[in-house]
Amino acid sequence: MKFDILKHKLVPHHEILKEKEVEKLLRTYNIRKENLPRILTTDPVVQAIGAKEGDVIKIVRESPTAGTSVAYRLVVSKGIE
Amino acid sequence: MITTSKKVIDEISFGLLSPEKIRKMSATRVITPDTYDEDGFPIEMGLMDTRLGVIEPGLRCKTCGQNVRECPGHFGHIELAMPIIHVGFVKTIFNIMKATCRGCGKLLLTDKEVEKLREDYKKIVEMGESTAYFAKEVAKMAVKVERCPHCGRENLPVELDKPTTFREAGHKMTPAEVREWMEKVSEALGKDLLLLDINPEVARPEWMILTVLPVPPVTTRPSITLETGERSEDDLTHKLVDIIRINQRLQENRDAGAPQLIVEDLWELLQYHVTTYFDNQTAGIPPARHRSGRALKTLAQRLKGKEGRFRSNLSGKRVNFSSRTVISPDPNISINEVGIPIRVARELTVPIKVNAHNIEKMKELVRRGPSPEPPAGVVYIPGVNYVIRPDGRRIKVTKENASTVAERLEPGAIVERQLQDGDIVLFNRQPSLHRMSMMAHKAKILPYSTFRLNLAVCPPYNADFDGDEMNLHVLQSEEARAEAEILMKVQEHILSPRFGGVIIGAIHDHVTGCFLLTYKNREFSREDAIRILSSAGYKGKVTGKMKGKEIFSKILPKGINLEYKAKACNGCEKCLKEKCPYDAYVVIKNGKLITGVIDEKSIGAFKGEIIEYITRKWGTEEARSFIDRLTKLAIAAIMTIGFTTGIDDEDIPEEAQLQIREQLEKAKKKIQQLIRAYNEGELEQIPGRSLEETLEMEIMRVTGKARDQTGEIASKHLGMDNSAVIMARSGARGSMLNLSQMAGCVGQQAVRGERIRRGYKNRTLTHFKKGDLGAEAKGFVSSSYKNGLTPTEYFFHSMGGREGLVDTAVRTSRSGYMQRRLINALENIKLEEDGTVRTTTGEIVQFVYGEDGVEPMRSIRGKAVNLDLIIKEVANE
Repeated sequence: MKFDILKHKLVPHHEILKEKEVEKLLRTYNIRKENLPRILTTDPVVQAIGAKEGDVIKIVRESPTAGTSVAYRLVVSKGIE
Repeated sequence: MITTSKKVIDEISFGLLSPEKIRKMSATRVITPDTYDEDGFPIEMGLMDTRLGVIEPGLRCKTCGQNVRECPGHFGHIELAMPIIHVGFVKTIFNIMKATCRGCGKLLLTDKEVEKLREDYKKIVEMGESTAYFAKEVAKMAVKVERCPHCGRENLPVELDKPTTFREAGHKMTPAEVREWMEKVSEALGKDLLLLDINPEVARPEWMILTVLPVPPVTTRPSITLETGERSEDDLTHKLVDIIRINQRLQENRDAGAPQLIVEDLWELLQYHVTTYFDNQTAGIPPARHRSGRALKTLAQRLKGKEGRFRSNLSGKRVNFSSRTVISPDPNISINEVGIPIRVARELTVPIKVNAHNIEKMKELVRRGPSPEPPAGVVYIPGVNYVIRPDGRRIKVTKENASTVAERLEPGAIVERQLQDGDIVLFNRQPSLHRMSMMAHKAKILPYSTFRLNLAVCPPYNADFDGDEMNLHVLQSEEARAEAEILMKVQEHILSPRFGGVIIGAIHDHVTGCFLLTYKNREFSREDAIRILSSAGYKGKVTGKMKGKEIFSKILPKGINLEYKAKACNGCEKCLKEKCPYDAYVVIKNGKLITGVIDEKSIGAFKGEIIEYITRKWGTEEARSFIDRLTKLAIAAIMTIGFTTGIDDEDIPEEAQLQIREQLEKAKKKIQQLIRAYNEGELEQIPGRSLEETLEMEIMRVTGKARDQTGEIASKHLGMDNSAVIMARSGARGSMLNLSQMAGCVGQQAVRGERIRRGYKNRTLTHFKKGDLGAEAKGFVSSSYKNGLTPTEYFFHSMGGREGLVDTAVRTSRSGYMQRRLINALENIKLEEDGTVRTTTGEIVQFVYGEDGVEPMRSIRGKAVNLDLIIKEVANE
């Protein structure tokens, strides 16, 4: 049986944003998709949740000072393998 | 009037100069290596040709007809007899060689592979990422190919013999052959040159091999005339002379049909000169030297490094309206102020625009001239150094012309007034490691020649007065002054963003003073109490004798409530709180100090609970006023009580000395026992350690314990009537460890965390037997600093001391470089108005500043709120 990395306590919650949510996100920050921080398709969590290139991932981390902190990342593939 | 147009730089493209372009932009071809004729006139078609610009007054440029001040200089060119490789592009050329076929110039890949590469390239460009690595990847794929898929030529391995020689299968290639190859490549690849990270619109590979060399304008390499009338040329000119000489010889020999060997030698020599002309620190070749033996400073050296154009002239500049001198302390000025010598104040100025409302005042100022006589009882009044008339003319004000200039003063002029009390200035001490290294102060003009600062601002600047110098800058615009006053004033930095606690607070004697004032609640006569309180600015009445804690309470703000453990706290298992036998539990109720001594924990820089609480509750202005009052009170208290320290503070009675010696003997015996046990194999091994390591650890434990015990014996005889102990206990200066080393025993010296073992074969010094594992032989210092060390002890102590020095030296240089890289990487990141952190291109780095939105400076030791305190306060109300 494969180990489920999503259940590890050091892995924060990741989820793929729906198209509408992405639009709303880009509107609130007044940015284009390319301005988001990135994450590689080869990232273990990206593969585990099945995100594709071009998807936007929402990451909810727990923080001792902020309670929870939310970040977004754009999934990109490496230039050449 | 200079007109400016609103143009925004969209992008910058870098390309190569083509030979045609070099010829086109050239004002003249340079052929003679000589510079001036006998009359000192520039030779035509020489390196100083007046068509390349002029550097002497009186001459006119033959290209643009302008004189020295106006002519920007013009490029010339040298026609190279043979092609020469440009060192700066050797790596690119090598990469192209790896990727392409020498026979047909095409990429050593099949059409299908190339098609795939084009797609990948497009993707990288779309993502806005660097294409620099891509070219390397292409070459990596191509080197593996054995035969060119297009023309069938065998792909021979190319080597680079640094710095500028290429070999194909071991055979040397001449630059001409390299150029031929590159020509083929640009012919065959066309737009696909992009795959090799070359933009064919602005650069062609064969241009990386020079056939024409541009000669920079004389204005970039001016010669200097010495007092003796001798002329000294710039390093670049020297190098160009070398190039022209060899180029000439090469051409003559080649045209005369000289043997191949001679031509090749000259060709290589020309290559050397051109290479060093670009970069005189190229690896693999000796740097070209001046006759005196000094290495020449050529093109790359002008730009590179700390003294190069970028770091020295573009990132950093020298500025006007600044000053630097030695600093010294002044306990009588506020922490917000800085004392400025009169001489400095007369030199530094603030511009004031003259208008209808201030014209009379300004006239009066100008009338004073540059060095006015102050009226009786005043040490300084500001004068005026310059007046800038509305037409932009700058007039120097002198004693003689002061009254006429004053009369002619009209609205719109600018008066440069000398510094006066209350002007906002910036004060800075290097190294500027954090924001508190540069703060805004209010000027206070004082006699003598040093900058004066309040002792409480020493910690943020990390300043002391053993010869430190500091810089001062005078702000020149109203906006700058406003910004500095709101953001940079000293009082705005009482709380540090580094750890969210105070960084400006009491030090040394301030701590001792407050400690003495409040320790055991000493009683003061009415006169003494008045003296102490009045110096702190207390205006109330003193009716009779006063207790120390009562006096201290007078400077506390009304309504302050605090409860915490002082530094003196021993950390007892069960805290008795108010009934603490050591008086280490501080209780402040409604502005009154009830119990506890005031020490470092209450008021000290880096700790100061009271200062921190006041700053948070009442703001920076109240905190500033408190620190000013506190420091003055403390100084008055310590002067009233009296305080001194000296070597006799470490005197301990005979019996104590005896006890210490006994303890040391015991420890030494214990070590002998351990060694015996080790030799006889009876030592019990610690798991995971060898027998030797076990012995060392045990011995280290014994020596450590011995030092602590002697310290304890010593401190038993050093009570609270001892000045050195008072300083250590209150946290003003020094520690109990320092004291026990002075009075008791210095202890084990260590290098790399181990007992000293280096030196001679099997022993540290020849004073000991080989293989001696005893305490003295391995660096145990049983003497105290006060009694003095034996020669061998002194030597071991030096070894340990040296290690410490080396460590600090290494640490500072390494952390300095790390910080430089960090700052360069982060300098463009900015907190935007919507709370996000972004780069200049708009890419988001953090969605909320720090991922929690907490500003460290306003945080409570890293946390957003201090719940305990809030609950306590609410419960009290």
